[in-house]
Amino acid sequence: MKLLKAPLFWLIVGVTAIFALLPLLSNNITLRETLVLSAIYIILAANLNLMIGYTGYVNFGSIVFFGLGGYLTLWLVGSHHWGLYSAVLVAGVSVSALAFLLGIGILRLRGAYFALATIGVNEAVKDFVSNFDVWGGSEGIFLPFTAYKAMGGAGKALWTVYLLIVLVMGSSLLLSLAVRRSKFGLGLFAIREDEDAAVVLGVKAPLYKTLAYSLSAFLPAIAGGLYFFKNGSVVPEEAFNLNLSIEAIVMVMLGGQGTVTGPTIGAFLYERLRGMLLTIPGLSNFHMVIAGVLLLLIILFAPGGLMGWLYRIWPRLRRVLE
Amino acid sequence: MIEIVSSILDGLLIGLVYGLASIGLTLIFGVMDVVNLAHGAVISLGMFSLYFFFGAGLHPYLALIPVAIIGFLLGVLIYQIAVRRILDGPPLMTLLATFAVSMIIVGIGTALWSTSPYNVNFKVQTLNIFGYTVTSARLIAALAAVLVTFMLYYFLYRTTLGKAVRAVSNNREAAELMGIPSQQILAISFGIGTALAMLSGALIATLFPFTILSGSIYELKSFVASVLGGLGNPTGALFGGVILGLIEGSVAPFIAISWTNVIEFVIFVLILLFFPTGLLGGRK
Amino acid sequence: MKPAILEVRNVTKAFGGLIAVKDVSLTQYQGEILGLIGPNGAGKTTLFNVINGVYKPTSGEVIFEGQKISGLPPYEVVRRGLARTHQIVKPLNEMTVLENVTVGACFGPQNLPLEAAQEVAAEVIEFTGLGKYADVLAGKLNIALKKRLEVARALAAKPRLLLLDEVLAGLNPSEVAKMLDVIRAIRDQGISILMIEHIMQAIMSLSDRIVVLNFGEKLAEGSPDEVANDPQVIEAYLGDPEMAKRILEEEEA
Ligand SMILES: Nc1ncnc2c1ncn2[C@@H]1O[C@H](COP(=O)(O)OP(=O)(O)OP(=O)(O)O)[C@@H](O)[C@H]1O
Ligand SMILES: [Mg+2]
Repeated sequence: MKLLKAPLFWLIVGVTAIFALLPLLSNNITLRETLVLSAIYIILAANLNLMIGYTGYVNFGSIVFFGLGGYLTLWLVGSHHWGLYSAVLVAGVSVSALAFLLGIGILRLRGAYFALATIGVNEAVKDFVSNFDVWGGSEGIFLPFTAYKAMGGAGKALWTVYLLIVLVMGSSLLLSLAVRRSKFGLGLFAIREDEDAAVVLGVKAPLYKTLAYSLSAFLPAIAGGLYFFKNGSVVPEEAFNLNLSIEAIVMVMLGGQGTVTGPTIGAFLYERLRGMLLTIPGLSNFHMVIAGVLLLLIILFAPGGLMGWLYRIWPRLRRVLE
Repeated sequence: MIEIVSSILDGLLIGLVYGLASIGLTLIFGVMDVVNLAHGAVISLGMFSLYFFFGAGLHPYLALIPVAIIGFLLGVLIYQIAVRRILDGPPLMTLLATFAVSMIIVGIGTALWSTSPYNVNFKVQTLNIFGYTVTSARLIAALAAVLVTFMLYYFLYRTTLGKAVRAVSNNREAAELMGIPSQQILAISFGIGTALAMLSGALIATLFPFTILSGSIYELKSFVASVLGGLGNPTGALFGGVILGLIEGSVAPFIAISWTNVIEFVIFVLILLFFPTGLLGGRK
Repeated sequence: MKPAILEVRNVTKAFGGLIAVKDVSLTQYQGEILGLIGPNGAGKTTLFNVINGVYKPTSGEVIFEGQKISGLPPYEVVRRGLARTHQIVKPLNEMTVLENVTVGACFGPQNLPLEAAQEVAAEVIEFTGLGKYADVLAGKLNIALKKRLEVARALAAKPRLLLLDEVLAGLNPSEVAKMLDVIRAIRDQGISILMIEHIMQAIMSLSDRIVVLNFGEKLAEGSPDEVANDPQVIEAYLGDPEMAKRILEEEEA
């Protein structure tokens, strides 16, 4: 594998290992809970970047994958007594398949029309689930405590789930790298730059973007399953929280859309920033405002984000990191 | 039967208000190809403005005038700060920028007013029209929406400025060549679109309780209505609003209110897919 | 006579009420350079768009190497060996010249894997004289280089038929000369070329045969000499003062 020779590959492996080992070795649960949030953000941002950054389609409703993954997992574990591993895998595959079918339809729309449709899809699913009794309607699904027993009790289960989430994070980053360096990625970039030109050059755009959409659903769905399993419950408002979708866009833009490393850095910084704001009294209510200002500033003054800016002043960095 | 007809009538009236909101959205899109994602936030602001003017002792219908003026100024401001610089960039940038504006407005609103419901309490009578009851507030809101729409049409088709707006909307470069200062026209159009959104928010506030987040519901309704009528087509948007209201009115007696949203979103996505230029045809 | 590589049979393309191409038929033989000329708005680009699948013809059909290709999407058409350039250049702005050309090589008829495509792209870039710019972002090129990039990208697909839409327009004389060399070199590789061009001198000297469109209809067809002396063609051009002016200007430039 040529990927093994890329410095970035080992950087990703290293970062993932740090995420896993830091709280584990110090047995620090507070640290773990902070990092789990970062990891989730990184997963959401990195996968969203496959659409926004690589393919050029703004998906406002990417959170729907995360939420559906959570619901499917908790439903399989809670009501059907599946094990966690098989449940999240099935959730990931089903959500991805669903995204493929959905993508065939809504990816015929371009630009603003597509973006609007993705909001519509998320809201429709949220409202549907809120009315869907099998999944507990607006009450959502609660896991019985016994669900953790199979994994050696709640304390141990939470550690296992944490490590799994970190694993999904690492996989997301590797996926971003692998796609970026592949023929598939080249086709996506061509679509992003000019879909009509790409099609004339031979890129099967309808298939490619649908695949990208479907692919960008897989790991977030698994992450959703793990995250809500860890929480022990899932409700529509949290699972399909459009704000989180939007924050994911802010992260992608902050770090630099279309770059491999940008969204991760953006997600990490955003999580830190948000955490800081939450602890400053009086500012905790303002985190959406600050996210909004941040997004606006990036769009107006640095549309390439942090990495875009770095690459501009230091082009050689691009060779190593992209 | 009477109940059903009343419900449909209700739907028709509220549909006109949706129509007004949708015109605001569609006007901005028509003139500058920007889908204004701050639309819902602005609708919420309209609701709160009415609340505060009313609290200050102004009659709610008189308060519509300052609300419209504030809306216009706010729209010009949003245009100058967030839209102008990136108007010629990739369309997704304006989408994200207006969304950022929405986050800022909603965020500030949440911090100031929390997300609990507010209410504009004034005496509401019920009217009896041929045996069907409607509330006077609803009737007045609908009439106000129609009136504003007429004023807009008068402006667009009878005044020089309005004609300039239409010229820029048709073809910005050509309009510029003819000496129309397009930047000003664009700012004015954004102002008008925003004013319409504020007005519709204010009218809705005379009917229902609201929170700072309520606007997003009406934003989606505006999208559905504009897309139904063809994005960029004001008449279409008004009809789209009415159709939407009628659908809501006709299904309301039969299914739980919480399902109407699902139905609307599904219609929305289906329309986008199968009639991307709307049922009445719009500009792409 | 050589076998036909492309046959356009009674193609009509209407946009609403406007008939941009009207019942046009033409045949291109293997290895030849066929010129397509006509006043502005004659429907030349539209015909290209029909041939490579951007538009479906309203009626009629397009046969490439004996197989019907009309109705296929553009990406299928190029995979069968028919590539094109755009009159209004469409560079993939935020990608380098090498990446742009690699796209052409990757997704063309050979369906090459990435690395092989990069090698082909590098060769084509040298061949078209873009070597110096391989790592430059395409959006940063000037118009002449963007036109050459269009050609390089199409060529990287290793097509058997190449459609060139006004690749000389907007170039200065030395740039035109360079591009003409490139086109001749392409022909010498055995690739058939169908080209639209307004610069008469160039098209007359390059083409084996010429087809003239006017108001969407085929007005004339024949060797450059025949066409140049056809009274109908002369009238079509003289009847369009804009065009006459443009030709003059280009000739002067
Ligand atoms: N997508 C379209 N929709 C509507 N009309 C179109 C479209 N594309 C082209 N036309 C019209 O079809 C006619 C032919 O245009 P076309 O671009 O094919 O001309 P052309 O011969 O390439 O001209 P030029 O020499 O200026 O490039 C023109 O009247 C043009 O306005
Ligand atoms: Mg042309």
